Amino acid sequence: MTEKSFTWRAGGLLLPGLLFLAALFAWPVARLVATSFSDPAGAFVHYERIFLDPVYIRVVGRTMALSAEVAVLCLLLGYPLAYQLNRSGPLGKAIILLCVLIPFWTNLLVRSYGWIVLLNPQGIINGLLREAGLIEGAVPLVYNTTGVLIGMTQIMLPYMVLPLAAVMSRIDPTLPSAARSLGASPLAAFTRVYLPLTMPGILAGLLLVFMLSLGFFVVPALLGGPRDILLAQLIDFNINSTLNWPFAAALSTVLLGATLALYWIGDRFFDLGRLWGTR
Amino acid sequence: MPGAAVHISGLSKRYGDFKAVDDVSLSIEPGEFVTLLGLSGSGKTTTLMAVAGLIKPDKGTIRINDTDIVSLAPERRGLGVVFQNYALFPNMNVFDNIAFPLRMRKRSTQEIREAVGRVLEVVALEPFADRRITALSGGQQQRVALARALVFEPPVLLMDEPLGALDRSLRDQLQTEIKRIQREFGVTVIYVTHDQEEALALSDRIAVMSDGKIRQLGSPDEIYERPSSAFVAGFVGDSNRVAVRLGEARGELRVVKAEQAPELELLAGPAEGSASGAEALMIVRPEAIELSLERPQAERNAVEGQIEMREFLGASIRFTVSTPLGTMHVRKGRTVAAAALKPGATVWTSWRPSDGLIFPSAA
Repeated sequence: MTEKSFTWRAGGLLLPGLLFLAALFAWPVARLVATSFSDPAGAFVHYERIFLDPVYIRVVGRTMALSAEVAVLCLLLGYPLAYQLNRSGPLGKAIILLCVLIPFWTNLLVRSYGWIVLLNPQGIINGLLREAGLIEGAVPLVYNTTGVLIGMTQIMLPYMVLPLAAVMSRIDPTLPSAARSLGASPLAAFTRVYLPLTMPGILAGLLLVFMLSLGFFVVPALLGGPRDILLAQLIDFNINSTLNWPFAAALSTVLLGATLALYWIGDRFFDLGRLWGTR
Repeated sequence: MPGAAVHISGLSKRYGDFKAVDDVSLSIEPGEFVTLLGLSGSGKTTTLMAVAGLIKPDKGTIRINDTDIVSLAPERRGLGVVFQNYALFPNMNVFDNIAFPLRMRKRSTQEIREAVGRVLEVVALEPFADRRITALSGGQQQRVALARALVFEPPVLLMDEPLGALDRSLRDQLQTEIKRIQREFGVTVIYVTHDQEEALALSDRIAVMSDGKIRQLGSPDEIYERPSSAFVAGFVGDSNRVAVRLGEARGELRVVKAEQAPELELLAGPAEGSASGAEALMIVRPEAIELSLERPQAERNAVEGQIEMREFLGASIRFTVSTPLGTMHVRKGRTVAAAALKPGATVWTSWRPSDGLIFPSAA
């Protein structure tokens, strides 16, 4: 549309999608939030439990910490990848994109079991390390936080690489050369000019990965250990095992609230809406 | 710091099979303004970037005064560079952009404030110090780039098509400004452009480049009046080109026969070396040709023709005249006599024999 005005014709075209979203997304979410406040013992009992019982606070804290670690790992791995992606010719670009996206397109279960094959104590990596005489026994790489970090970093990488590459592609490639000609060492040219200009991409990637990691279930369930479960697993446990749906709803509402708050921060203060295409 | 001498010697750079720069040697005096003039792919920018240290040459030396700088990193060379697209840092305002080279040199805050203030005044941008780069016009950005490249008083300033992105009137204005600032700083300038008018207006000397080689090096007058090859003549200034066969010498001149109209007897400037009967190219500048209704005196080359087109270019008028020699372009000042000549009129085109420059046709 060239004019940004609402017309009934366009509105009519939107209607099926809106109805679909309202019936299958907005309404269930509203019910979910309502359920979390619906305990006869008082509207906030479940929230009191989450925020006052150290067991649950620890799960929330662990989820946040792990998500942050995944985001930082993705940044460390993704920044050079995005940089190279932006500098490469068409073939190099295709190779890097395929390496980043093929795992992303691969079925979550297939990939997670793939990691188990690689990482388990009798797995390929430990086997190679033993053969090389570097270790005896096995390095615990899976069924613990390490395994979750590895699996989640891999799946989240595109969410870091793509916004970063988008920002980098808009940077004038002569800027680092200009900085060098003006007396900046390669390191100074990077820290004073290139890095600040990629900051919007860094923030977008970090926030995106962090938000998506908060609610991640499959990878922690398969690659994680039984003792350090995350928020999504706790929700699953309350739905399927203890059948405490109102408490599960309260946990979900906390997760939803945290995600929305982060989204708002990114949109409001870091102008990330532009990168995500909402503006 | 006053300008430094630059000596480029045997500079070469290839990309695969493509010789971007092919054995270029050039000596530039302190404070001189030298332009590398050529089309894209002629090697002019590659030569400039090799001096800047942003391209590593395969062979050759580059000396600033008496120091060979080829092995130095760009940040150790201390040369000012103005890039084609300005390459201003969008994450910094005008002041911080200009202060950048001084901060890299760890100057004191006080020193930086004074030095930036001084160049801002030179480029007439004092009120814009706090502006964001994106809030500046193209011409202002160009001046910031110039200020940033000059603020640390480099001995040599390298400029890569600095006016390429600007419109005509702004270019003229900034040309004058660049020349003034260059004199004020006494800096040696190596300037790259494909625009021959810019080169003629700014330079002390011009190096015309093609295929990675310098085809001619000389003052703007020399390049324009005495081009060393048909390529240079065709590239600098407009030209009428007539294919001719050389005849015998007559005094200092030479008889030539046009391929298209051998019945006409024409005389042309000296053509040393070439044998009688050799094919050659005669080049006549459009402004060297006179138009008259009567046949002019005998010592001029005269060809009768018909005016096909008349284009008004402001200060001058360009006539397209069809003659037995082919289509000739003639440029005349906007005089009453010229204004009276209308398309369709039969006129005599004539020029002094020495205005017909002869070149071997192979070039």
